[in-house]
Amino acid sequence: MSVDLSVDLCGVRLRTPVLAASGCFGFGREMAGWVDLAALGGIVTKSVSLEPRRGRPTPRMAETPSGMLNAIGLQNPGVEAFCAGDLRFLADAGACVVASLVGRDPGEFGRLAARLDGEPGIALVEVNLSCPNVEHRGEVFATDPAAAAEVVAAVKAATGRPVLAKLTADVTDLVAVARAVVDAGADGLTLINTLLGMAVDVRARRPRLAAVTGGLSGPAIRPVAVRCVWQVAQALPGVPVVGTGGIVTADDAAEFLLVGATAVAVGTGSFLNPRAVVEVADGLEEYLAAAGAGSPAELAAMFKAER
Amino acid sequence: MTPVRELCEVLERRRAGAYQSLTLVAPRIAEAARPGQFVHLLAGEDRSFPLRRPFSIHRAERLGRSGGTVEVVFDVVGAGTLALSRLRPHDVVDTLGPLGRPFDPPEEPAGCLLVGGGYGTAPLFFLATELRARRCRVDFVVGAATAARLLDAMEAKRVGHSLTVTTDDGSAGRRGLVTDPLPDLLARTGATRVYACGPMPMLAAVSRVAAAAGVPCQVAVEEQMACGTGICFSCVLPVGPGDEIRMARSCLEGPVFDGATIAWAELGHPELEPTA
Repeated sequence: MSVDLSVDLCGVRLRTPVLAASGCFGFGREMAGWVDLAALGGIVTKSVSLEPRRGRPTPRMAETPSGMLNAIGLQNPGVEAFCAGDLRFLADAGACVVASLVGRDPGEFGRLAARLDGEPGIALVEVNLSCPNVEHRGEVFATDPAAAAEVVAAVKAATGRPVLAKLTADVTDLVAVARAVVDAGADGLTLINTLLGMAVDVRARRPRLAAVTGGLSGPAIRPVAVRCVWQVAQALPGVPVVGTGGIVTADDAAEFLLVGATAVAVGTGSFLNPRAVVEVADGLEEYLAAAGAGSPAELAAMFKAER
Repeated sequence: MTPVRELCEVLERRRAGAYQSLTLVAPRIAEAARPGQFVHLLAGEDRSFPLRRPFSIHRAERLGRSGGTVEVVFDVVGAGTLALSRLRPHDVVDTLGPLGRPFDPPEEPAGCLLVGGGYGTAPLFFLATELRARRCRVDFVVGAATAARLLDAMEAKRVGHSLTVTTDDGSAGRRGLVTDPLPDLLARTGATRVYACGPMPMLAAVSRVAAAAGVPCQVAVEEQMACGTGICFSCVLPVGPGDEIRMARSCLEGPVFDGATIAWAELGHPELEPTA
């Protein structure tokens, strides 16, 4: 049986269901020597803000059991440099670009979305509502349904492209936040961002990160991410979900597709293996063939929820 | 040249004084490697510590008896380096390389002063070989906390025109820091290039001395790193002219930087005096 790996994500046809996750693939250009950018399901760019951001001081990273903490602090060159440089490069390379936006208030998000709406070469927009490495907890919009909805509404009003809202699992009721952003117009959801964490150097008796806290990623968070996708897919059937969190292998990706994700994104896995996005897609093709599925979209119906 | 991923067989793993030496069969990496570049290693199956470990290339043999090889030297400081220290011949190490920007050698033969601290001396032997092939004069200054933590001082003596050793405790060479003999050596050898690798405070101090003498200084930094390929933005370093400081990725723009461009004050070290 032949397998068609392509999927429909919010009306956009992706070559494979495997994207490169935001913040874990740079701006894509860095990886041109490692993979064929046009062959990937998509590239979610590192989040772009209106003005350039320097990011946090170092150390920005700490390895933890089966994962890592990061506090990069949204370092990016700002939207103008992004449009003139990396975006043009990605478009010329034939990549499917998902532009990730970050701002300090709904107005900033709206202006960013409007600025990018005139740029060719962007397939979808992802709204980063959930980066934990910000100055104020209030900037983690996805911890509050109303604040998250306000940002999504501002972006939707300013762009004609499909909008993904990236949410955090660091909430009591994820479904409530998901429902709020979908009601505000989000076309799909990306689940989940890193989890807020902290690690201590007990010899030096101080935090291992300069920013004290950071975002936990890697295989350590995969069960949390799978649970989130499952919960949201159950509560909001029909809303496309990009599942992300600790995917290193094709089997990891299959977990997400089985519980209802439309597509997946490989994050920290690309740090370990620069070709991970490609290799996970290749492995999924084999997995689907072995399972007797003709496409990734068929997997969810094959999931046996009762144990 | 684009870096590659090679699954490399371990040719040899041995103790090198206080350190560990690991030689990998890596023909494609050895062929392309330049002094100052690094390899990013992943060993074993245990992914509970999931990240690669970066090491500067100590030696690259293009025509070794097992094909091309690269050698790295490291200190056992945690779980990752402990696993690497337990590798045996024929084990396989997943290796990315050669990564990063190499040292920039002088166009014409020139006097070069190579300054290394601890296992940070590792890439300087590879550099010295290239500089000698370019008919440069090479003088070594190597320092460490103790005599046991000096890396291959005999090798430095063989490759260089002269060798000056310093240790913090005076157990070898003169007691003190590598920077102590630098002004005198710069004057005496007439070196017009300084190349340094070692801990950040040392690199800051060497950059200061070189700047004061008006000699260009390239430093290879060792920053904490996740991806090694430019996508994680962990290994950044503030570089700039003063009012335009930006965070440069040491895996892509480095690990070799012009010491005069690093914003040392932001890293907690005294800023360089502006040169006249």
